[in-house]
Amino acid sequence: MQDSQLIETQNLVKKFPMGRETLVALDNISLSFSKGEFSGIIGPSGSGKTTFLNIIGTLDVPSEGNVNVLGAQVENLSHKEAAQLRNRHIGFIFQTFNLLPVYTVFENVEFPLLLQGVPVDKRKQAVMDALDWVGLADRAKSRPNQLSGGESQRVAIARAIVKKPSLILADEPTANLDAENSHNVLQTMVQLNQELEATFIFSTHDEKVIQYLRRKISLIDGKVVKDEAMDLVAQPS
Amino acid sequence: MMIFKLAIRNILGAGLRTWLNVIVLSLAFVTIILSIGINQGLVTQISTSMIKSEIGSGQYWQANYDPYDPFSLQDAHAVIPGDIEDLIEQKKAVPVLLTQGTIYPQGRIMPVFLKGIPAEQAVLQMPSAALGTGDEELPALVGARMAKSAALNLGDTVTLRWRDKNGTFDAKDAVIVHIMNTTVGTIDNMQVWLPLTKLQEMMGLPGEASLVIVDENIETVPEVSGWDFKDQDFLLKDFRELIKTRAIARSIFYVLLLFVAVIAIFDTQFLSIFERRKEIGTLISLGMTKAKVIQLFTLEGALHGFLAALVGAAYGIPLINYLARRGIDLPQSSDSFGLALGHTLYPTYSTMLVLSITVFILIVVTIVSYLPTRNISKLNPTDALRGRL
Ligand SMILES: Nc1ncnc2c1ncn2[C@@H]1O[C@H](COP(=O)(O)OP(=O)(O)O)[C@@H](O)[C@H]1O
Ligand SMILES: [Mg+2]
Repeated sequence: MQDSQLIETQNLVKKFPMGRETLVALDNISLSFSKGEFSGIIGPSGSGKTTFLNIIGTLDVPSEGNVNVLGAQVENLSHKEAAQLRNRHIGFIFQTFNLLPVYTVFENVEFPLLLQGVPVDKRKQAVMDALDWVGLADRAKSRPNQLSGGESQRVAIARAIVKKPSLILADEPTANLDAENSHNVLQTMVQLNQELEATFIFSTHDEKVIQYLRRKISLIDGKVVKDEAMDLVAQPS
Repeated sequence: MMIFKLAIRNILGAGLRTWLNVIVLSLAFVTIILSIGINQGLVTQISTSMIKSEIGSGQYWQANYDPYDPFSLQDAHAVIPGDIEDLIEQKKAVPVLLTQGTIYPQGRIMPVFLKGIPAEQAVLQMPSAALGTGDEELPALVGARMAKSAALNLGDTVTLRWRDKNGTFDAKDAVIVHIMNTTVGTIDNMQVWLPLTKLQEMMGLPGEASLVIVDENIETVPEVSGWDFKDQDFLLKDFRELIKTRAIARSIFYVLLLFVAVIAIFDTQFLSIFERRKEIGTLISLGMTKAKVIQLFTLEGALHGFLAALVGAAYGIPLINYLARRGIDLPQSSDSFGLALGHTLYPTYSTMLVLSITVFILIVVTIVSYLPTRNISKLNPTDALRGRL
């Protein structure tokens, strides 16, 4: 693996038992991603996008093949090591936002830092910075149920980036947002990708997302059918 | 610390469900502590009055004396030996002579125990002094229960019949000079108290006794041949056995009570893990280990116990204090248990008791909170995030 390559999968296969048969959700995938990418896995529902992100995100393990994420071999990680890798270096953004309902916006964003044991002063600063980036500093004391969908997803983005992770995995982040909020959220992410040099990998079948991507990997029935780089075309405004 | 804060937020966030659990559990706390306190009060109260009016620090039994064999009573008497006589003279002991007899109240026949006791004794808390004040030929003292069952009133004359040392029947009229109210059934039911010297005279046994009761404050007594010293433990054995049997029945009640309270918590935990599986997936994606998530949910459950202890303390401590001070009035019918209870029961509590019950309940709640979290270790985080199990 070259230094600039953050992620590399070799002949990655993921099978799920389906009664008597097995379902091949990911079929022999060999891909690599380098630092700073803004890429997307594109495919219809059931094509294996989430499964791929889960394995990259160390939440799941491959059935066959090798997966190297941030220098760690995913299939060999212990639970604890995987948890630590996620906590320090991987940010997740979900379709359904997944904020902790009993925490305030501030505390939701603070949570990963609490897990890391970051001291309080640094923590406060980092949380307010992250909320500034997503434009929600004034909502720090709100609860998730007081936020709109767009605001919720921006809080989730703040929670993902507050620890300045190397990798951010966004699984259909706009699926529950209207057009305006989708663009808003994506522009925020483009900006963070540039300012923080964080690598973004999306899963999506949303045209609005696809137009922002600089690399489009098409997945059908668990197979990569296309992998095209967009070579810095003008970003839509 | 973070887990603690999150756990508190989570259970307070669950609102009504949490408070229902907490209230049910606090009721279990208070009921169990209260009823153990009542039981302890009952045991102390009964054993204290038994000691004060019957047992003392122990009793010397004449070698033939066997309270379980009334037919042996006829031979259970002897001259009081010098060592014991010394104790009596120092007012540290009181002799009692005992025999079977019969009374004939209003033409009925009633078997009784005739007991001779010195009127001037101060070792036992009973109004024996009443036997020494009047000028009746044969004054008699009975308890209120005895008076009731024999329909005897103050001043009544009743015929006594007994056998003297040779086994010859004799009879005499006695006058009821006092009716005593006592909680101790064993000095009341079927007992007729007479002046010791009179009974000795009636039986032809001057200077003799069947048993000698030692004052409750005397700790060591001499060994005397022909007389067995039975200590408090021995004399309270039957009572303690009875209490033990009751304790078993009562602990079934506690277990049931705790079970009901704890089932609610188990249920809540189980539901909460099911309903919040997506949250669990999120926590894991944020870098929490499963072990930490299990800690979190166990702590949430255990906090119900702490809240219940606080809530229970808020209304339980004033209630318990009030009852301990004011006492609990007992219905007259409880008299028929034959236990020396009195009319008011004062529950007693020790800090140790309350603490150990609290700790015990908290441990049970924690274990019960932990059990459903085993589902978390089986949970696949990717399934959890998809909202599946
Ligand atoms: N835990 C699982 N058990 C069985 N089948 C699964 C499981 N997770 C995903 N699948 C199946 O794998 C395939 C890919 O799923 P997924 O990765 O969620 O696709 P996508 O995210 O592209 O919609 C689907 O057919 C899905 O039903
Ligand atoms: Mg998906």
